[in-house]
Amino acid sequence: MRWHRRPDFKVSLPLVVTLAAILLGGCGLGKQSTLSPAGPVAQAQLSMLYESLAIMTVIFLVVLGVFVYSLIRFRARKTDQALPKQVHGSTALEIAWTIVPIIIIVVLSITTVHYAFALGTPQTGKGTVQVQVIGHQYWWEFRYPGTGVVTANQLHIPVGEKVNFSLQSADVIHSFWVPELGGKTDLIPGRTNNLWLEASRPGLYYGQCAQLCGAGHAYMKFTVLAQSPADFQKWLRHMRHDTVSATTPAEKAGLALFKQNCATCHTIQGTPFHGTVGPNLTALAERPTIAAGTLPNTAEGLAAWLRNPPAVKPGARMPDLGLSQGQIQSLVAFLQALK
Amino acid sequence: MAAITERVTLAHRQAPSYRGIWAWIASVDHKKIGIMYIYAALFFMAFGGAEALLVRIQLWQPNNHVVSAETFNQLFTMHGVTMIFLVAMPILIGYINAIVPLQIGARDVAFPRMNSLSLWLFVLGGLFMYTSWFMGGAPDAGWFNYVPLSGGHFSPGAGVDFYDIGLQITGIGTLMTAINFLVTILNMRAPGMRLLRMPMFTWSALITMLLILFAFPPITVNLILQMMDRLFHANFFNIPLGGNALLWQNLFWIFGHPEVYIVILPAFGIISEIIPTFSRKPLFGYESMALALSVIAFLSFMVWTHHMFADGLGPIVNTIFAITSMLIAVPTGIKIFNWLATLWGGQIRFTTANLYALSFIPLFVIGGISGVMLAMAPADLQYNDSYFVVAHFHYVLFGGTLMAALAGLYFWFPRIWGRLLSERLGRWNFWLVFVGFNVTFFPMHILGLEGMPRRISTYAPGYGWTTPNQIATIGAFILLAGMLVLLYNLISTFLRKPDLEQDPWDGRSLEWSIPSPTPEYNFAQVPLIEDRDAYWVAKRQGKELPKAEPLGPIHMPSPSLSPFFLALTIVIAGYGALLHVDWLALIALLAAFWQIGLQLVHEDHGYHVHPDVPAGGAAE
Repeated sequence: MRWHRRPDFKVSLPLVVTLAAILLGGCGLGKQSTLSPAGPVAQAQLSMLYESLAIMTVIFLVVLGVFVYSLIRFRARKTDQALPKQVHGSTALEIAWTIVPIIIIVVLSITTVHYAFALGTPQTGKGTVQVQVIGHQYWWEFRYPGTGVVTANQLHIPVGEKVNFSLQSADVIHSFWVPELGGKTDLIPGRTNNLWLEASRPGLYYGQCAQLCGAGHAYMKFTVLAQSPADFQKWLRHMRHDTVSATTPAEKAGLALFKQNCATCHTIQGTPFHGTVGPNLTALAERPTIAAGTLPNTAEGLAAWLRNPPAVKPGARMPDLGLSQGQIQSLVAFLQALK
Repeated sequence: MAAITERVTLAHRQAPSYRGIWAWIASVDHKKIGIMYIYAALFFMAFGGAEALLVRIQLWQPNNHVVSAETFNQLFTMHGVTMIFLVAMPILIGYINAIVPLQIGARDVAFPRMNSLSLWLFVLGGLFMYTSWFMGGAPDAGWFNYVPLSGGHFSPGAGVDFYDIGLQITGIGTLMTAINFLVTILNMRAPGMRLLRMPMFTWSALITMLLILFAFPPITVNLILQMMDRLFHANFFNIPLGGNALLWQNLFWIFGHPEVYIVILPAFGIISEIIPTFSRKPLFGYESMALALSVIAFLSFMVWTHHMFADGLGPIVNTIFAITSMLIAVPTGIKIFNWLATLWGGQIRFTTANLYALSFIPLFVIGGISGVMLAMAPADLQYNDSYFVVAHFHYVLFGGTLMAALAGLYFWFPRIWGRLLSERLGRWNFWLVFVGFNVTFFPMHILGLEGMPRRISTYAPGYGWTTPNQIATIGAFILLAGMLVLLYNLISTFLRKPDLEQDPWDGRSLEWSIPSPTPEYNFAQVPLIEDRDAYWVAKRQGKELPKAEPLGPIHMPSPSLSPFFLALTIVIAGYGALLHVDWLALIALLAAFWQIGLQLVHEDHGYHVHPDVPAGGAAE
């Protein structure tokens, strides 16, 4: 037996990995990071992360220090003769390491209770905006109650105003998450959940379904465009008075194809097309992406989608319509004119 | 010590004897059943690991299409189901089977034949679930199988039926294990072994069995309700007809949270055996360790909605459950500090078993840190269902449970198999697993904070997720290398002659006080226990353990094939229900009841092993 080896803990791996990870994180945050908050909710949640991580890191370093010291100082040696001192316990120590964690938990509990109520209560008062979010396999429907405006996969909100979301699902459970604006809340069929968020600065924020909802779960993304309140109102008006203009021959052919193939499922404001199975396509050309963030909103992206939707997005409800190349080009021209 | 010969006497009728593989299938010996549990768990671990590797390969780069989205969902679902139900629990139950009766000075468990039934329900139930891959697809709604996604409307295939029926089959076995070991530990301890003299591993087994007893009924209810929905068109979870999506979640997590303690308390127990042994000191704060186990078990039933903070249950529910969840850190902290105090002032030997046991401490603390962070309900809304959670539970389940299970493997291998695993290969095995584990799972904290949701089959570039995912995938292959070293170590050790060292580690508890290989009857004479760590104390005093009984005939249970066939019949009924072959399900269920009835009237008084000195003669 080779008991009397030197300790193998020369390098503390978790520490090295931690440092590497911090460096990695410092290389720049992604576009959907909880670490770059753009509103008060995400800011509060990040401050809770820092508070808890700071306290817990101190605890970890204390444990790790005692641990590594013990392994080095108390390793078995060839010179060991007698048994080490047989200690069975220490009431004082055991009480100490019961009390200290309780104190830490009291501290963390105060923060938790404070923010649970501050962030968990729907906001009231002037300047709050209401948005109804309905989750579908695998896309997002956004309704602005009282305005008649309905859109899909791109949410518009005014900067500096609290937005109350009422969250519902048309099928399975989904979860509404825009990390830069705040934490997620689930959309549960048979229930209406509430969440409020606020964007402090204008910009495009990325969101994604966070609850497994089927084969297309990874493809259920959306964007949030935070605009100045004036721009936001302008957008609402624009969405209400939208009319469809099909001017070129290709666009006209596309309109006819749309009526034939797409109108039972899709709505376009200002036309007689009022299908509600698929996403509302009003002002589609103004969205940055299509198919719930799956493809860029370009002629190529639209064509790829129309060619075979389930091949682009697993589990997509829209079937392959068997469109010809020419039909696809006409439809793309029509869709790109939806401004 | 007087030798004992195995002279089979006619108690009522000749005990049947079986050869070859049938001797294993018919065995009611807790030691053999423990070995089979461990083998089966390692077998399923290979599959669960392969599924994880495919997941990691798929996530290697953005827009990857190594597997389809549908297959990806099946892979991570089966990975979770396998690792929880077919690896973590069975390997720990395997150690409990192999070791606990020895630690308490018992000759077997209270109900040996029921023990065999538990084993075969687990093995056959697990294989049943794995046949789903060849029968239309594996379950794909995640290991917590939320409704309505898992309901018949959204998951019309048979995958979820395999989940519902398979987990009921293995669950019956687990519940019987709980009853069996509760009775064994409470009633069959050697004279003088009071509760507060039991080894800490036995303590952890006792508390774990209590957890199983109370935690398994809620999930069984869930599984039955969903089976009714899917097979007979009931509407418990059918939302348009008034079903409730949160009913499943509540019942699942009332089971699910205690479940994570079911797989971590025995790990605590293993660590509490190994660290004192290799520090040559008694466990520091024994009473507070036993108390902490009990408090954790109690609290584990009061924290379930912390898995549901994003469900919109409201700030009052969320804060109550946030605080109860954080409270678990107190008894867990007590355990960590007591282990550190056990190390303090010891003479620490860095065996492979101890390396694994020691690594448990920092890894579990990291998992505990993220656990406290997750408990803070408002902040959890950012972590919930992201890779941060994936990192957290792998630090506690892999860094905790699996590291302890591997520690236990190296530690108890000479007792269970009569051989020592190679320490040289053990070191390679440990360091590859330890490095691979951290490289795989640490970057997942970053991924979660960078907004990557769990269970997505792929991702687009530009989110900053590619590098951490690639590091994690490399880590997974380092882990694979580590596990292959373990496999090589196992095979080469089995090809060697047994060393048959009785007590290679200078052990403390009774399992080391008996010859190797362990005799079929465990103890020729049941010892009289006058101390905690009685065997260690006796060794230090240069004495033998006092005996509680004279040498005499030992009553043994007969082997039996009936548990295996009963389990097989229940699995056939499962296939019948699943394939909608109702007559088969009905006949198989009737056959199962008939076999249970036979057990009730069957008379089998076992047999006796006689000492080769006259009964009542001088011992020693």
